[in-house]
Amino acid sequence: MNNHSSLKDLVCKLILDIAPEADVQGLDPNEEFREELDLDSMDFMTLLDSIEKETGVNVPERDYVKVNSLQSLTEYIATRK
Amino acid sequence: MKILTMPSFGADMAVGTIVKWNVKPGDHVSKGDIIASIETMKGLIDMEVFDDGIIVTLLAGEGDELEIGHPIAELQLKHEEDSNNNSEHIVESVDPHSFEVGSNTAVSQEVAGHSSDSQDFVSKVSRVPTDAEEEKSSDSLNTLRPKISPAARSKAQQLGIDWRQLPQGTGPDGALLLGDINIADKPVSKPVSEPEPASDRVKDPNDMMRDAIAATVSRSKREIPHYYLQLDMVLDNTLNWLSHHNVDLPPSKRILSNAVIYSAIARALTAFPAFNGFYRDGHYQPSDSVHLGNAISLRQGGLMVVAVHDAQRLGLAELMEKIKDQVNRARKGGLRMSEMQDATVTVSNLGDRGSDTIQSIIFPPQVAIIGIGRPRTVPWVIDNKVTSATIISMSLAADHRVSDGHSGARLLNKINTLLQTPERLV
Repeated sequence: MNNHSSLKDLVCKLILDIAPEADVQGLDPNEEFREELDLDSMDFMTLLDSIEKETGVNVPERDYVKVNSLQSLTEYIATRK
Repeated sequence: MKILTMPSFGADMAVGTIVKWNVKPGDHVSKGDIIASIETMKGLIDMEVFDDGIIVTLLAGEGDELEIGHPIAELQLKHEEDSNNNSEHIVESVDPHSFEVGSNTAVSQEVAGHSSDSQDFVSKVSRVPTDAEEEKSSDSLNTLRPKISPAARSKAQQLGIDWRQLPQGTGPDGALLLGDINIADKPVSKPVSEPEPASDRVKDPNDMMRDAIAATVSRSKREIPHYYLQLDMVLDNTLNWLSHHNVDLPPSKRILSNAVIYSAIARALTAFPAFNGFYRDGHYQPSDSVHLGNAISLRQGGLMVVAVHDAQRLGLAELMEKIKDQVNRARKGGLRMSEMQDATVTVSNLGDRGSDTIQSIIFPPQVAIIGIGRPRTVPWVIDNKVTSATIISMSLAADHRVSDGHSGARLLNKINTLLQTPERLV
């Protein structure tokens, strides 16, 4: 659990590196975060790149649909780390 | 002798601040060297020099906020080094768009080979107001003042923050940048935009950028007779090719469909010079190469056009790398002057979550802008059968003084053809 929340914190930090103004605290973890935080395809790829560098988890394109929300993205990383 | 002046990095810039000099008097410089970092409303920009020579004097100090066209350094050109004849003064104002900000210096009139394309236009457009004059008078005696960018200072004043009390900022030599002020403001949560009496109100940096964009697009719509075309293009071949290409690649190596589309546009434009160049003084000059301007929207509001040089020569991976790097630098600083000035045509792309179509406004002195809508899945007829296809609507706005709809349509069709065989763009 602790691990999971620190993973979520890490993802939030990486999002803030790309979108410093993003309201990650106010984000519903089950919402589609790209829509909510206005991340375009380039931003999303940059995020996945930094996630790979930080955690070693690579999200292939075919799995993009599985990582739509903060919650699902965090779980995806947690199960593959 | 050449006088280097405060450059403009786009139509929507009125002033810049020298944050850091990378050279001192006596230094030898070569074409392409970065001689200074300049902060603008768009972040830190690296200023390059376009000649070989020796820096003779610096005419402005670090921290100085100056209008575009203001002399900042003297450069002795290399071919002058052995000659005693230094009487020839060339004023460098390398910006093709400088007239749009209505710089009230005389520089633009003196530039050899760069005729400012409408002096009368300058008088019609009100200069973007700045706090430069006020700052010069109030701060002129304080030579040891902490460094702060104009955008940051303006924001600090607006928020009521005494920036002289803040710790060092994140810019070169501890200069305070806009981001530092925003961070300083975070602990105190209060509404940002309390209306104040107009008379002593400091103009918000975002408002200044808004004003300048307004001046540019108004000029474009007033002077350029636009015509508009649009073509729906099937993107499936591109997307299928990309998913194969990207399947085993880490995120940092993947190519986005944007890169394929930009590549197709750049290569198609080489055969259509009437859409790639500058219109000045009633005369059109096509460009030999395609410097593809990518319109990047800034998170804090506003946008900037950043040129991918010689885009027609780049392979997809190279082009992708370039675009990614530029978007990153547009947001975090470190764009080069030439990237801000050289675009010969612009692409405006609202992204995969944008709108289906966009009809854009030409960025003068360019003569064409291409708009890309988001990919969407629609019913599509192939071989008399209805099937599903992912398409984009691509629009072209072009200058009717330079080209006609017939050739514009051929350009769009050529781009469409190239998009159907993405493997050839590698």
